[in-house]
This record gives sequence, structure tokens and C-alpha cells, in this order.
Amino acid sequence: MIVDIELEQAIVELLRKAVVELPLDITKCLTEAYEHEKSPIARMQLRAILDNIDLALKTNTPICQDTGIPLFFVSKSSSFTHNLSDVLRKAVEKATPLVPLRPNAVDPLSRTNPGTNVGEGMPAITLDEHDKPYTDITYFPKGAGSENMSRLFMLTPSEGIAGVKRVVLEAVVEAGGKPCPPTIVGVGIGGAADIAIKLAKKSLLRPLGSRNRDSRLASLEVELTEALNATGIGPMGLGGDTTVLGVHIKMAACHTASHPVAVNLQCWAARQATLRIHDDGRMEYL
Amino acid sequence: MKHFTLPLSNEDVRGLKTGDIIELSGTIYTARDEAHMRALEHDTRGQILPFDLTGSSIFHCGPIMREKEGLWELVAAGPTTSSRMNGLEPELIKRFEVRAIIGKGGMSQPTIDTMKEYGCVYLAITGGAAVLAAKGIKEVKGVHWLDLGMPEAVWVLEADHFGPLTVAIDTNGDSLYKKVEEHVHEMLPHIKKKMGI
Repeated sequence: MIVDIELEQAIVELLRKAVVELPLDITKCLTEAYEHEKSPIARMQLRAILDNIDLALKTNTPICQDTGIPLFFVSKSSSFTHNLSDVLRKAVEKATPLVPLRPNAVDPLSRTNPGTNVGEGMPAITLDEHDKPYTDITYFPKGAGSENMSRLFMLTPSEGIAGVKRVVLEAVVEAGGKPCPPTIVGVGIGGAADIAIKLAKKSLLRPLGSRNRDSRLASLEVELTEALNATGIGPMGLGGDTTVLGVHIKMAACHTASHPVAVNLQCWAARQATLRIHDDGRMEYL
Repeated sequence: MKHFTLPLSNEDVRGLKTGDIIELSGTIYTARDEAHMRALEHDTRGQILPFDLTGSSIFHCGPIMREKEGLWELVAAGPTTSSRMNGLEPELIKRFEVRAIIGKGGMSQPTIDTMKEYGCVYLAITGGAAVLAAKGIKEVKGVHWLDLGMPEAVWVLEADHFGPLTVAIDTNGDSLYKKVEEHVHEMLPHIKKKMGI
């Protein structure tokens, strides 16, 4: 068994990896977008994005100065006994000056910044249990530019799938260049208000370019991606053919009288990293 | 690519048009929500700011800084979303003769109108490209109002060919974002029709 301090050190490294190394699926889509774009201003934005990804990796520097608020998604095996909230909190505090991360977490009323990235309810941990012989800890730092464009729509059931299309289009058009497009659009359908938002966020954890296992959602994702890219908002809202890199949808059953739809946007710097802790104590970064 | 040395004059910025690509050298000040509010509060009370914004360029940016042996070192410095400052920017431009705002995502009509009247441009820099942007800053000259926290403090940066920056709002009231928005609204009926909504 690994001890808490070993796990804490591994998580500090997880945080560094997440903010410095962009997952390959994201870089691949951005490269394709650059090759596909025709407008000089759109190409200039994507060129800067690709050069920056490269430079961040070479210099071991965070890709974006907004290293986000610390969000963790954990899928836990029954043998995992660490005090997670304690370990993750300490790891965030330690990583902040070390990586370094920008201290982003502030008191929402006084707006004072303790400089540690921890505070009431922060880091935020979403915990699920599974029956596999390992525990996955995903670090998903979320920047404010895209998070501030989140929307929740409590539609009426009669608005149906057309309602989903309408509000996703509305959310992306209203956001324009503000969330650092090209974005990944996370959509949560069903559940209840809080569940729809959580589904939208969790959908962003899925690898970019992967197909939704639900064929209805898969075709809706394709249709929405095409529609959103037809708007012409383009990289950074300066015009172009790439407004979104993809649309990811997750759903849950909902009340017969409800039709919740949530939209959670992810900027192009779609950072995440996962640490797998096997029940036998081995650890690996996925 | 045109190159300018700060501070900028009214004539400098009035010669720029949307779509121009420029670079800046000289002193740049970072300022976000809290610094905008404090600067305006200070001025309203008749207090003089500890830095001179006349002819300056304000960078909507909350950088990552690292302190090494008492000196600040810039780690990453991309732009933040400018629209958060929509309600504060017109007053700042009017009162302090700010000549350039560097940011991402563009700003609303009252700011565009103020830029036209007082002579100020909006310069777009790619959001998220923070390591690349930091290459154009050669020195951190100082910091004001650090009690606001690292992202919200006013950082005094010495730029050396900082850019490329795209003139996205000019002194004629033209805005690249507005042009894109107009195009989007022309496209929307076709998109909606195709989706059956």
C-alpha cells in the first residue's frame, strides 16, 4: 500500500502534467482545424495556439495563465482507503507555488485571495465508486473564461429535441469569442437542474473525437457540431470555420414534467490528466 | 507589421484600422476587474494613482508570477475576457487617457463609442497562448495593489515587441467582433432552418 505522502506527491505531479501537457486528442483536433481554416486571421489564432502548446511543453510552463479552479473527478475502488479530501487539498496547496499555478480561489464575498487555491469547498471533488481493481483520479482545472459562459435552461417537455438544439445554439452564439473558441461544448440533458449541469461538465472528460455510445446522442452531437461551425464565430470570435472542436452530450432520466438542458463550455486549452492507483499500490499516469 | 513605443499619442492610435497587426514596446500595465474599480475609486476621491496611465496600454491579464530572490519573474501572461470590464472601461479611458486596451473577446458598444471619441484602440491577442505572450515581456518592473491578489494586482511590464496584436476595434468605431456578429446573425436563419428549429 502507498502512504498518503506518496499519493500527495503523485497528485502534485498530476497537477503539473495537467496544466503543462495538453492531451494529444485536443492538439490533434486543433492541428486539423489549422490545416482546414482559410481565413488569415483564424489561421493566425490557431498558429499561436499550436506554437504555444509546443512552447509550454518545451519550457515546462503552464499553457495558459488561468490554471483554473481545482476540480477532481474520482472513480474509486472499494479498497481505496486514503482520506482523499485531505490529500488533494494538501497537494493543491503544495503545487500552487511549485508548478506554479495561479492562485485563483477567492472568498466569493470579500474577494480576498489566500494565495493557496484552496478554500471553502475547494478543491471540489466528485466521487464515484466502481468495482474495478484501481482508482482513477482525474484533475480537471477549469478556467473562468469558458466557465462563465455556462447556461442552464429549464425547458418544457413539449420543446423536445428541437429545444435542446435551440438553446445550445443560443448559448454558443451569445458566448461569441469570450470562452476562447474553438471550444468543446458540454451538454447535459435531463436529471434535475444540478444533475444537468454536472452531466454537461462530466461530458467534457470524454476523449475528443470519440463517438457517443448512445446513437441518438451521437447523431445529435454531429448535427450540433456542424451547425455551430456554420455560425462563423471562429477562433477567438474573430471569424472562421472552427467555432467548436466538438459537442459532447450526457443524459439522465428526468421528471415527466421537466426538460433540463445545461451547457458547459470548455476553452481550447482543454486540460486534464488522470492518475491510476492500482489496488496493489502501483501508480501510473494515463 | 507596425511597431509602436509606449506611451501612445492620440495621432498614433487614430492612424490604426481594424485588421492592422502591430507590436508594442515600453511599459504596459495589467488591470482586471478589481484594479479598474480601485483606480476609479481613487480618482473619484481625488487621489492620484501610484502609476501614470496617460497614453498607456492596459492589458486585461492576470499573470502567473514567481518571486525569486525578491524579484518577480513572469511565467505566463495571456489575456483575460475583456467583456467583464465593459461597465468600467469607458470611465477609465475618459479619465486617464488610456490609448490601447489589450485583451480577448472584444468589448461592448459604450466602450467602442468612448474609444472613438477619446482616441483608444482595442488590440486582440490570442486567448490561452500565455507562454507565447510572455516572450514579448522582457522585465517585470514592479507591482501595485498586490493586496488584490496575484491575478488582480497591477503589474508593470516592460514589453519588447509584444505581439502580434490585431487591431480589433479602431477609433472609427469599427469592430471585427461586430462584423463577425453581423455575419453570424445572417447565418442563423439558415442554420435554424436546416436543424428544423
